[in-house]
Amino acid sequence: MELSGAEIVVQALKDEGVEYVWGYPGGAVLHIYDALFNQEHVRHILVRHEQGATHAADGYARATGKVGVVLVTSGPGATNAVTGIATAYMDSIPMVILTGQVPTPVIGSDAFQEVDTVGITRPCVKHNFLVKRVEDLADTIKKAFYIAASGRPGPVVVDIPKDVTDPNIRIPYHYPDKIEMRSYNPVEKGHLGQIRKAVDMMLDAERPVVYTGGGVILGEASEQLTELIRTTGFPITNTLMGLGSFPASDPQFIGMLGMHGTYEANMAMHETDVLIAIGARFDDRVTGKIAHFCPNAKIIHIDVDPASISKTVRVDVPIVGQVRSVLHDMLRVLKEHTRKPDSARLKTWWERINGWRKMDCLSYEQGGGAIKPQYAVETLHKVTRDSDFYLTSDVGQHQMFAAQFYPFEKPRRWINSGGLGTMGFGLPAAMGVQQAFPDAVVACVTGEASIQMCIQELATCKQYNLPIKVVLLNNGYMGMVRQWQEFFYDGRYSHSYVDALPNFKMLAESFGHVGMRIDNPADLEGAYREAFAMKDRLVFMDIIVDPSENVYPMIEAGKGHHEMHLSPHLSSDRELA
Amino acid sequence: MRHIISVLLENEAGALSRVAGLFSARGYNIESLTVAPTEDATLSRMTLVTTGDEAIIEQITKQLNKLVDVVKLVDLSEGAHIEREIMMIKVRADQAMRDELKRLADIFRGSIIDVTDVSYTIEMTGDGHKLDAFIRVVDPELIIETVRSGPLGIARGGRRLTL
Repeated sequence: MELSGAEIVVQALKDEGVEYVWGYPGGAVLHIYDALFNQEHVRHILVRHEQGATHAADGYARATGKVGVVLVTSGPGATNAVTGIATAYMDSIPMVILTGQVPTPVIGSDAFQEVDTVGITRPCVKHNFLVKRVEDLADTIKKAFYIAASGRPGPVVVDIPKDVTDPNIRIPYHYPDKIEMRSYNPVEKGHLGQIRKAVDMMLDAERPVVYTGGGVILGEASEQLTELIRTTGFPITNTLMGLGSFPASDPQFIGMLGMHGTYEANMAMHETDVLIAIGARFDDRVTGKIAHFCPNAKIIHIDVDPASISKTVRVDVPIVGQVRSVLHDMLRVLKEHTRKPDSARLKTWWERINGWRKMDCLSYEQGGGAIKPQYAVETLHKVTRDSDFYLTSDVGQHQMFAAQFYPFEKPRRWINSGGLGTMGFGLPAAMGVQQAFPDAVVACVTGEASIQMCIQELATCKQYNLPIKVVLLNNGYMGMVRQWQEFFYDGRYSHSYVDALPNFKMLAESFGHVGMRIDNPADLEGAYREAFAMKDRLVFMDIIVDPSENVYPMIEAGKGHHEMHLSPHLSSDRELA
Repeated sequence: MRHIISVLLENEAGALSRVAGLFSARGYNIESLTVAPTEDATLSRMTLVTTGDEAIIEQITKQLNKLVDVVKLVDLSEGAHIEREIMMIKVRADQAMRDELKRLADIFRGSIIDVTDVSYTIEMTGDGHKLDAFIRVVDPELIIETVRSGPLGIARGGRRLTL
């Protein structure tokens, strides 16, 4: 079979099993778009901005576990995609981004719509390629998918000059089933000796805590993790990225940890003597001040990426391997072990944890006045709990309220930009999820500032009939910025007030969607029910919430886990030691 | 502490900038870096000298290993090894100084590889300390220009960095 470069791109995507490509055409990719036009296997979704394409492919990848694919043109097409690529990189999301490039003879001449895409994206990709010969195209695309999806996943950019896709140059096509790379061999199994050492340490523990991150979800290890927690009786806390890897309603789940984690999770971290970190990377929003981090603990760390281990916090028992495989082996070692976890010691530990739990650190007071954002999320849960539900989020207070108040029972249901914290992520990510699961209920919780960063994608939602429910918690401020300014800048709200907001109801309607505005707590549940009953329409709910509400508990940057601010009604905002 | 790390990497466009970019992005020190193809044309060998405590050096080797273009690496400082650096130094050599400079070059086992009426260019190899020492004994007024390669390193004995 002889194909042109452009046809090779499309055929390779087909052979890779790609269902969707999110993209935006332009000069350097016109040959590829022409090849897309004549086929039905790979469905192209036309976004309204390249950032939207990357977030949509990212949302698709997070929800399905498959590689998200993006196609954009050279120059501004590529630079617009950078934010989405960096977002995926920080959260280790498998993506392949195909970027057009100016023809090889003019590379380096500052040609029209030329940027050094490989150079610009290098620090925020797992790997990238510039394909200079059509003969290298199929193998390079294979490598890109292999690298993106294996080991610690991540985005891979393939930069393709226009002449490489020339429709007049045709070569024999062969797409490899498998590709070997001598310089890239991700680890699979963990070292059994290390696993045994870890198990002994776990069995000796008096106050163990299991702390897990996005790696458990990316590594499809929720089942093994759940079994480990049930087998050991240990408490478990999740990072923002790990929510859903263990059922939130389970009594062994002590909530999210870190800057806006629960009192019980953070206190347990401070007191633990054996910390079992699984698929988590000791991010600064989780650890707080390193010097105060788990001061009494021996640390076991399971991760597929050796560079994640002892990067910020020294660990005692490192285990490099796929989380799923390591947990599988760990469970076997535990079962064959002559000893069992000490139930008397665990009982004492749980009594302390349950004492901290009694603080009820997430409690809030929903009076008759303004809608509290916490109430908006809790009510969202009440209305959607029995459906096949996915929640995407933008970045800020609403994201933290969603993480705290929506209990996720399954992996891949909570989709947010954790590492990079990209405002504008939520709506396009929801498009990717809805495209992957047309029958699922997909909502995007957002703020009036975040939503405006990718609001143009409402048009894409219309074009492809994506019945997403946009839950806008509108407090008129960049809420998290306002919160920091209240706490740390004596209430000088420098440029965090979003003056001149659009009428979101009318805005949504102008895109052909249903708009709603809700400002009374008594109307909220009914409005949600009405919105979610519209199964084939995008409904944009502009929910006016209390502008003065803050996210609690809060650990200031640079403080330890035991130095939380609690909600004023619990503590008069005193620091707890 | 000073470490000398040898890296085998794919001889591909951009591989060098991935390494350099890694050091600048993560704020690691880099004292010198040399790179050239090996007897296997698909591989380059890089020698880099860096400083940092044990934890930083561990991160540097892990992050280097994580680069897809890096095939293999070794921290030569972990064992016995040999380091050599080449220097070319151009010095003012008028009639009065010529003999003295020739003698100094001989003592350091350097060779004069270019001569004019007024200058010598001396080639010298050795470890960095030796080259430093030579520069110290030459009157700074006489030095016109120096160029140094940065160290190359190889393990002593049977240890090797090959595929």
